Amino acid sequence: MNASLLMTLPELVLAAGAIALMLVSAWGGQASTRLVSWAAVAVLIGAGIALNGPASTGGAAFGGLYRADAFAAFAKVLIYGASAIAIILAPRFFAIGRGDDLRPEYPVLILLSAAGMGMMVSAGDLLTLYVGLELQSLAAYVLASFMRRDARSAEAGLKYFVLGALASGILLYGITLIYGFSGSTLFSEIATAYGAGRSLGLTFGLVFVFAGLAFKMSAVPFHMWTPDVYEGAPTPVTAFFASAPKVAAIALAVRVAVEAMGSATDQWRQIVIFAALASIILGAVAAIGQTNVKRLLAYSSINNVGFVLIGLVAGTQEGIASVLFYLTVYLVMTLGSFIVVLQMKDAEGQPVETLASLAGLSRTRPALALAMATFMFSLAGIPPLLGFNAKLAVFSAVSHAGFYPLAVAGFVASVIGAYYYLRVVKVMYFDTPSQAYSGRATAVESVLVTLMALFVSPVGWLALGTLGVWTNTAAKALF
Amino acid sequence: MLSIMLAIPAIAAIACLFASAQGARWIALIATLVDLVLGIGLWANFDIGGPQWQFVENAGSLGVFSWKLGIDGFALMLVMLSVFLMPICIGASWVAITERVQEYMAAFLITEMLMIGTFTAQDMFLFYIFFEAGLIPMYLIIGIWGGANRIYASYKFFLYTLLGSVLMLVAMLWMVSFSGTSDIPTLLNTDFPVRVQPWLWLAFFASFAVKMPMWPFHTWLPDAHVQAPTAGSVILAGVLLKLGGYGFLRFSLPMFPEASAQFGWLILSLSAIAVIYTSLVALVQSDMKKLIAYSSVAHMAIVTIGLFAFNRQGLEGAMIVMLSHGLVSAALFLCVGVIYDRLHTREISRYGGLAINMPRYALLFMLFTMASVGLPGTSGFVGEFLSLAGTYRVSTLATLLCTTGIILGAAYMLYLYRRVVFGEIVHDDVRAMPDLSLREIALLAPIAAVVLWMGVYPESFLAPMRSDVATLQARIARAAPAGDSLPTAGKALATPVAHAEVRP
Repeated sequence: MNASLLMTLPELVLAAGAIALMLVSAWGGQASTRLVSWAAVAVLIGAGIALNGPASTGGAAFGGLYRADAFAAFAKVLIYGASAIAIILAPRFFAIGRGDDLRPEYPVLILLSAAGMGMMVSAGDLLTLYVGLELQSLAAYVLASFMRRDARSAEAGLKYFVLGALASGILLYGITLIYGFSGSTLFSEIATAYGAGRSLGLTFGLVFVFAGLAFKMSAVPFHMWTPDVYEGAPTPVTAFFASAPKVAAIALAVRVAVEAMGSATDQWRQIVIFAALASIILGAVAAIGQTNVKRLLAYSSINNVGFVLIGLVAGTQEGIASVLFYLTVYLVMTLGSFIVVLQMKDAEGQPVETLASLAGLSRTRPALALAMATFMFSLAGIPPLLGFNAKLAVFSAVSHAGFYPLAVAGFVASVIGAYYYLRVVKVMYFDTPSQAYSGRATAVESVLVTLMALFVSPVGWLALGTLGVWTNTAAKALF
Repeated sequence: MLSIMLAIPAIAAIACLFASAQGARWIALIATLVDLVLGIGLWANFDIGGPQWQFVENAGSLGVFSWKLGIDGFALMLVMLSVFLMPICIGASWVAITERVQEYMAAFLITEMLMIGTFTAQDMFLFYIFFEAGLIPMYLIIGIWGGANRIYASYKFFLYTLLGSVLMLVAMLWMVSFSGTSDIPTLLNTDFPVRVQPWLWLAFFASFAVKMPMWPFHTWLPDAHVQAPTAGSVILAGVLLKLGGYGFLRFSLPMFPEASAQFGWLILSLSAIAVIYTSLVALVQSDMKKLIAYSSVAHMAIVTIGLFAFNRQGLEGAMIVMLSHGLVSAALFLCVGVIYDRLHTREISRYGGLAINMPRYALLFMLFTMASVGLPGTSGFVGEFLSLAGTYRVSTLATLLCTTGIILGAAYMLYLYRRVVFGEIVHDDVRAMPDLSLREIALLAPIAAVVLWMGVYPESFLAPMRSDVATLQARIARAAPAGDSLPTAGKALATPVAHAEVRP
């Protein structure tokens, strides 16, 4: 039992930290926001440090309910990093004086969500999975509606909650079917049941579970909530939604697919192929008409989920490693783009988010425009930026597994996607400046955006070797 | 050495972003001149007849690909072309570009680095990275500093070429999983299954045919050329169009010889159509840049027929046409730029009678017009003659059709020259145009010298490529098509000797 507790140390740190900070914020009130925020970042760093040791190498804990392996550790590093950035970005956005100030509950909710995501990626049992997923989701619903006086934010929260509850229902239904037909909720025993032969009940369970997970990662055809929620939620929250929960949901899907349903690969592969291609194509086509940057990035995230799923289609160790690599690069590109979006403020300091308000950014804020252009070209998958290496990795994995038509279709669809990323660059570089921007980036934001742009630029090639070793170790843990 | 040639423009590009406008101009000029000197050093130290791959560098693996550089004769010549044209491009933009000079110069330096990288990469993925990355600076150059319809042109350029290239990437993935390596010299000697070759060939064709550009994939070129600033057109016509030809030479032919032979008819017929169609289109253009853009398509078709002739003359001719076209079309775009800077229009009808007040301009323009037509003594003749002679041994019909391109070429080029340079001066603003400045002469004169050098003594340019042509020819010999022009040099020599013995 003691060993099991040690393996769950990161989640314990997060949970204890979240509860302690909640008490602090209850006593300290609005004034404690700053303190709680930085303390929450410290807790996330502490949880990251706690990943060293048994939490990343321990193996099965609590009789297989929980896995502490390199795969979970890698995903957790990404999740904690993205969560910390979401906390750091918040103060400046909320400091706009409309009565919707940042409250100390914000970092606490993110911590709770991070704890839930940690459980998701470490789940070794369907119930651990569900508990983690709900913890993450419930915190996220509140975060989406964090700006109480803003109708769009409230709408986003409500929409997210209703649809999320529906998806949880679907997922639970799948879990009950699998439990009923396999007699267990443990991944290892479910895998045995799938290996024993085809059963209609198990197949249905698989379909429902994947549908539920597809909702959480916003893969087509369960993506409808994404643009509305992304648009309505406060921008730092949107940045959070587009990064950490996505990593968690995809890592979870990978683990379920490989560990619990590895013996039924042929069954889930069809679903994943469809979801991948549909996400890539719909994400690309639907983004073309968008005029709101946050909606555009929402469709971009749908598009990217499609590419990540292509790595999962391969189902091989190389494929899983490429999924993790893609997620890493995606996280950096997306968070970087959102930091740039956060800088967009009109003369009165009110945030603006239409694409047109980016016009002429290359003249008014050249460095910021260069960073945004780097992220956009990288998202479009143009070499020599790291987004290309990520796409190459997933397509390489899927073609080694023999799925050449999928690779062709995916690449061709990526050209459609390139169009709207180019449009952002066009607006920033080719159009004449439309308005003055007020304010400058804070030091932290500048440093973050510079580091992220450098990471996706060819400078990031230097990290490819190390990253390759880590993703391979992480992927190996699943096989 | 090659890495240094790549590093200098890259570092200079970053430096440009932090410099003043005038500073950026000088940084760019010095960096490109240093690269030119290094390029000359490369040529001087290139061991003709030595190992196939020289100046090889291998800095180890970077994820899926490795940083491996090296050049053979083909690559050497194209690298030389790039480094030669680059300082000229910078000089051509010296006064024409007044807005956002720093970013402009940086974009050009990055383009130079990527072009050199494409020609020197010895790893297939590294090649692809350089090949594709060139889209970004060109997109910005056309989009920011281009003409009125620049945004449409930049999108078209970007998406069109990107679509072609992604198919190539899938083929590369297949090749790597088949052979287990992305090392180009190894792949050059890998025999891919004949059954799969057509698919791979078509995937590469999709990319190179767009870059080349071959008819009917050429429609992006006139738009891009017309909208791009002068130096952008120069680099587009001078170097970027050579990527397609280089790709055919480096990948399609040696890696898929059987498929190349199988699709020879496709190349020959598309090229023949391109020559006649685009020449006729060029004849009716009223925009000078568009006219030269269409003539580029016709010249590139002469390159493709030469390449797919599968023999020495064809291959050598194709390379010389590429080099010659790189110089001549670059010079022609510069000539257009010179008068565009003075009158700000590219309409042919707005000019006329330039020979009267711009005699030096008329002389240089005449030289390049003749080189474009293929007058003996200029580089154009050498390349076109070799290429067509090579093709004649494969398909007399294709040669017949393509040779009309020379006649049509003479028609549209001389027609252009007559309308712009000869006749009376009709417009008063044309009368006020000054002759070439010293800067413009310094841009055009070196090109003129090299055009004449290549025309009179092509051996200097053929020698470094000779052994590579032989290697390539040996590699593709097994698939070489029979050809319909029966006489071959070997038999014609042997028979008279036999007669001489029998008769007495």
